[in-house]
Amino acid sequence: MSELRDPTIEEFYKYCSERKLMAVRCIRCRQVMVPPRAICSNCRHSRVEWVELSQRGKLVTYTIVHVSPPQFKHMTPYAVGIVEMPEGVKIPSIIRTSRPEDLKIGMQLEADFSPRPQEGGWPNWPRYFFKETE
Amino acid sequence: MRGKPLATIISAGVSKFGRREGVYARELFAEAALSAFHRVEKLDPSKDIKAAFIGQMSEAYEHQAHTAPIAASWAGLFPAPAMRIENACASSGSALRCGIMAIMSGLYDIVLVGGVEKMTNQPTPEVTGILATASDYPFEQWNGMTFPGLFALMATAHMHEYGTTEEQMAAVAVKNHKNGALNPNAHMQKEVSMDEVLKSRLVSWPLKLYDCSLITDGASVVILTKPKLAKKLSDNYVHIIGTGQAQDTFCLHERESLTTVNAAKTAAQEAYKMADVRPKDINVAELHDCFTIAEIIGYEDLGFCRPGQGGKYVESGAPDLNGSMPVNTSGGLKSKGHPVGATGTAQIHELYLQLTDQADRRQVKDAKIGLAHNLGGSGATAVVHVLKGS
Ligand SMILES: CC(C)(COP(=O)(O)OP(=O)(O)OC[C@H]1O[C@@H](n2cnc3c(N)ncnc32)[C@H](O)[C@@H]1OP(=O)(O)O)[C@@H](O)C(=O)NCCC(=O)NCCS
Ligand SMILES: [Zn+2]
Repeated sequence: MSELRDPTIEEFYKYCSERKLMAVRCIRCRQVMVPPRAICSNCRHSRVEWVELSQRGKLVTYTIVHVSPPQFKHMTPYAVGIVEMPEGVKIPSIIRTSRPEDLKIGMQLEADFSPRPQEGGWPNWPRYFFKETE
Repeated sequence: MRGKPLATIISAGVSKFGRREGVYARELFAEAALSAFHRVEKLDPSKDIKAAFIGQMSEAYEHQAHTAPIAASWAGLFPAPAMRIENACASSGSALRCGIMAIMSGLYDIVLVGGVEKMTNQPTPEVTGILATASDYPFEQWNGMTFPGLFALMATAHMHEYGTTEEQMAAVAVKNHKNGALNPNAHMQKEVSMDEVLKSRLVSWPLKLYDCSLITDGASVVILTKPKLAKKLSDNYVHIIGTGQAQDTFCLHERESLTTVNAAKTAAQEAYKMADVRPKDINVAELHDCFTIAEIIGYEDLGFCRPGQGGKYVESGAPDLNGSMPVNTSGGLKSKGHPVGATGTAQIHELYLQLTDQADRRQVKDAKIGLAHNLGGSGATAVVHVLKGS
């Protein structure tokens, strides 16, 4: 399976192209990490494996960005937040919603993937984002 | 070494902060250096200052890297070695630690530490993007995070966890603008009302215009020497008795708690221990109010109040100019302005004035011990210094 892929950021975004939200987990202490990395942030062990995350998580905090860098101008204002996954890792994300006023800490969100990368940037892989559950 | 001077500040200076059209960063730096040199007539800067440590965050504003030798030589320091220290908004706080270490190592007797940023020659969206480079590129910047955005994420979490209100955050802005109105070098010397703050436009909900620090051009400089040499060089000197610096996770989302900055707590503990002081011993403090919520979290991380009580603490009036623990007498980043690379040593400049009884209308009576709290990024770097008047 996928454990053989290197624990790199580039691989994380390649997984997104397969519509998978992945993290790395420390073989020794089971710490789950995003961004992926080779050395465990908890116990410093240097063997980690890829694990697939659920596609649903809980919103733990959010904001609505009204002043943004030029690359994000077309979608401003937009919501960003931090989503806690059942596997015990949090991830930052844009939250696609037409009703930002309905966002609430604690609500369930689901992951989705967009095939087209942000213009002109590295890494040139698809992106993940979260949206309200259907 | 508990409570002993590590190094001694014999002078400090700042440029005028603000929208400084028509000048380059190096010229602002020379302006700050000159104002520091004027205070120490016994010093021959170009001869006596042996090295310079200069904080500056970004090359993007002036298409200029390798900035330290430029700034140092414009300040007349040549051919002394000059180092640029980059830790985002904590660049010159970090540079100060390098200066302290250089003095303590015995390599140099006198060094200059400072910082500079010239930001206003770019439009706000570009500045927002340049500042965002101090957050994680593939996970934070790619997800549209900005600095107001990252601190807004902390604000939302703090409001949810502790019931902190927009009014309490606004109270920080009202207080700091009140102080800044008394500071002739401040960017915005203007008082604001609670109502104006609350009604100002959204930048990153729940943070509004008046919750945000300013985009500012400015520079700051301090001159350090060995404690033993200070008396010979200056009548007005201030000892650095504690220094602390630590990291938190680089990405905000990796923190167990989104309502505290662990690096600031760790740095404060280190500095307090070294200085042999407790929070209640502090008479005047400069906190990193890049956003109003950051000052509220700062009170908590530094032990001025208990976790979660920062909102109530500002409402109590304790951090007012005439309160029990005046915070940001300079006006803070909110009203004095936040030329990011210059901020750390600009905080030290204000404490230098306070502890040598030169702060004019902002003077805190009998101020003996001062504290500076300088954050980089969303808190991946925090630097805390404790200063003592002589
Ligand atoms: C808040 C912010 C987006 C406002 O920028 P802007 O929308 O371009 O505002 P402008 O420069 O057009 O200024 C419009 C007016 O608001 C005022 N203003 C600008 N920023 C202000 C601020 N932070 N607080 C109060 N007033 C401000 C200006 O003085 C100007 O007033 P005027 O019309 O009377 O001259 C910008 O100041 C900002 O990004 N601040 C945060 C900087 C930051 O993130 N620093 C790093 C922290 S880690
Ligand atoms: Zn581990």
